[in-house]
Formats: sequence, C-alpha cells, structure tokens
Amino acid sequence: MASLKDLKTRIDSVKSTQKITKAMQMVAAAKLRRAQEAAESARPYAERMGSVMANLSTTMSGTPGASPLLVGTGADDTRLLVVMTADRGLCGGFNTNIVKKARERVQALKAEGKSIKIMCVGKKGAEQLKRLFGSYIVDSIELSGEKTITGSTAIMIGDKIRHMFEAGEFDTCELISSEFVSVISQKPRAKVLIPAKDAIDEGVERPDLAGAVYDAEPDEESILNVLLPRYVDTVILSSLLENVAGEMGSKMAAMDNATRNAGELIDKLNIIYNRTRQAQITTELTEIISGAEAL
Amino acid sequence: MADKLHFDLVSPERRLFAGDVDQVVVPGEEGDFGVLPEHAPFMSVIRPGAITVMNGNETEKTFIHGGFAEVTPAGLTILAEEAIPLSEIDADKLAQDLADAREDITAAKSDEEREHAEALVVKFEAMQAALAA
Repeated sequence: MASLKDLKTRIDSVKSTQKITKAMQMVAAAKLRRAQEAAESARPYAERMGSVMANLSTTMSGTPGASPLLVGTGADDTRLLVVMTADRGLCGGFNTNIVKKARERVQALKAEGKSIKIMCVGKKGAEQLKRLFGSYIVDSIELSGEKTITGSTAIMIGDKIRHMFEAGEFDTCELISSEFVSVISQKPRAKVLIPAKDAIDEGVERPDLAGAVYDAEPDEESILNVLLPRYVDTVILSSLLENVAGEMGSKMAAMDNATRNAGELIDKLNIIYNRTRQAQITTELTEIISGAEAL
Repeated sequence: MADKLHFDLVSPERRLFAGDVDQVVVPGEEGDFGVLPEHAPFMSVIRPGAITVMNGNETEKTFIHGGFAEVTPAGLTILAEEAIPLSEIDADKLAQDLADAREDITAAKSDEEREHAEALVVKFEAMQAALAA
C-alpha cells in the first residue's frame, strides 16, 4: 500500500494539473468570444460577396471564355483537398474529426478513380495526415506565426491555391474544415471551392433587379476577373475564422471535462488518504493498548 | 425625391457602415460616379481613392483600397478590401511610410519584394492624393 507521503504528493500533483486545465479553459472561453465576434463581423462581407457572385455567374457562366476559376477546366481528374485544422492540440476530437472527414473524402475520391493532392493548413492536421497519406501532400501551411487570422492570411493561402490552379496542377478544389454549429458542437464539412460556379450556394438571395439589366464598368468579364480571386479568399477567410471559433469551443469543452475529472480524482485520492491515515492510527492504538495490557 | 439611398460599406473583417444616406460619390475604375437613390443597377471596380458619403449637411470621406461597388434597387453596397476614414490618416506618418516604401523598392532583393513595395507606394500615393483633395 502507498505510504501517506506518496498519496499526498499525488494529490498535490493532480491539484496542480487541475489548476492548469482550469486556466486553459478560461483562456479558451475568452478566445472563443473573440473568435466568434470575428466570425460574426466577417459574415456581412461574405454574404454580399456571395450574392454579387451569384448574380454575375448566372449572366457569365454561359459565355465562352469565362474564367476557368468560375466554370472549371472542363476536366475533373485531379482534386486538391485543402484540409484546415488547428495548430495546437488539447482540444478534444476537433482535429481528429476533421482528419477523419478528410480520410473519408480521400477514400471516396479514390474509389471514383481520381488522383488526389492534399494541402494542409494547420500543424495538427498535417502531422496526422502525413502518417496516412504522406505521398499526397503537396504543401502544408502553419498558422502559429499569426496571432490573429486576418484577410492577409486568407490571401496568402488563396494565392498559393490559385498559382497551383494556373499551373494546371489540379482541376477542382475542395475545402475540408469545421463548421461551427454551436459552442459545444462542431461538424467537419467538405465544400467545393473551385470551380466557383459549384461553390455558389443556390440558396443565396439574389437581389431583385425588377427586370433591369446590370450596367457594368469596365465590363462584366473584367469585373469577374477581379472578383473571383477575392471570392476564393473570402470563402477561405470565413472558413479559417469559423475553424478558430470551433477550435476554441472544442478546447473549452475538453478542458472543462479535464477539470471535472481531476476534481473526481482528487476526491477519490482524499478518501484513500484518510482511510490509510485512520488505519495507521488504529494500528498504533492497538499496539499501545496491547502493550499496556501485557504489563 | 424623398427617398434615401441605403448604403452598406463592408470590409472582410467587419461592417463599417450600414444606413440611409443622400448620396455617395465613388471613385470608379473609369472615373468617379455619384449614386443617388433609385440609381439604375450598376457595378464597378473601385480604384484606390476616397468615397464621399453625403447625408444632410454632413459629408464624410473614407479611403478605400481595392474593392467593388454594386448598385441594386435595394441600395449601394461597397465591398472594400481596406477602408480607413480620412480623418484617421496621419499625413506625417503617411509621408514617412511612403518614403519607406520607396526605399524598399530600391532595396528589394526579389521580384516579389519589389512588387509588394510598388503596390504599397501606389496605395500610399493614392492616400496622399485623397488627403490633398
């Protein structure tokens, strides 16, 4: 049986672990609020961008010479999967769930006979995917250098994707990230990024033009050429922001659980500690009494 | 003309303005244009410069860098990549930034760096022009 001193040390160590998880939970809660605000304030831009794109794409996608970013290359042989995860662990099943989704997609696409390329955003996903599909990974981006996610982070990722697209390295692109359903629920999801035509949600509200035709300046094609890359960046940015919010929500829940578990463990250890102490006292008393009786 | 123009100004990070105004003057790619209520549907790329929002007797200028304007029957929407109110721009600091960016062009080691610095110079020059106007 463990000595009293051993038990005491264990209790102390669990207590300090509990303090750390508690602190991490509070930090995650604060960061979650900020991340939610950021995701919220980015939404109007993404929404307006979506409806403008929906408008333009209906008039443009029929015309020959429309940008391949919008209508695709015509082929669908190579698909780029952009897998977005967090840079840090200790956030429950957050990263694992995204990787699991990525694995499902890879298997489904392989069954369809497509070739696959993977771009990892975030360190944790890259580590897990490297073990599974190391040969597919063409690029991996870490976010730990950035304190907060801003437009320029998204533009950096968007530029890389566009460069690859222009070089003909893939035909279609899919984004795998986490959807922020609520603080306690995050769902991994895959959505099409390129061709943008398929990415534009059919449910997007289109402004009622009352029969009028858009006047465009300089002309619709050049506007679309400016707008498309920006649209891609916007989708990436909102996914990144949603991912951060999801990571923090998941981390908060995980750390809350850990704190509670540590509390239970401390209670259990305390009971063992008290029992052991009592047993020791009883033994000592019996020894003294029997010693006295022997005299 | 009793109606007002509904005007939204959004950047990727946040919504900067939403409300009803009398008129907005936007620097379009092919020249400035004013948007009044019930303007015909229209869209344009914006060149770096200041937009002027007029409401009653007040006018407010905001510097826009890179963006896009859309007029629908519902109103005017500007999607700006960067938007800074002119009143928040410090002329001295701007001159300093501009000088720094110009130095960067000559000091740039790669094409990428040079392009980046040149883009900055164009942006800062546009900001100065907007301040001077």
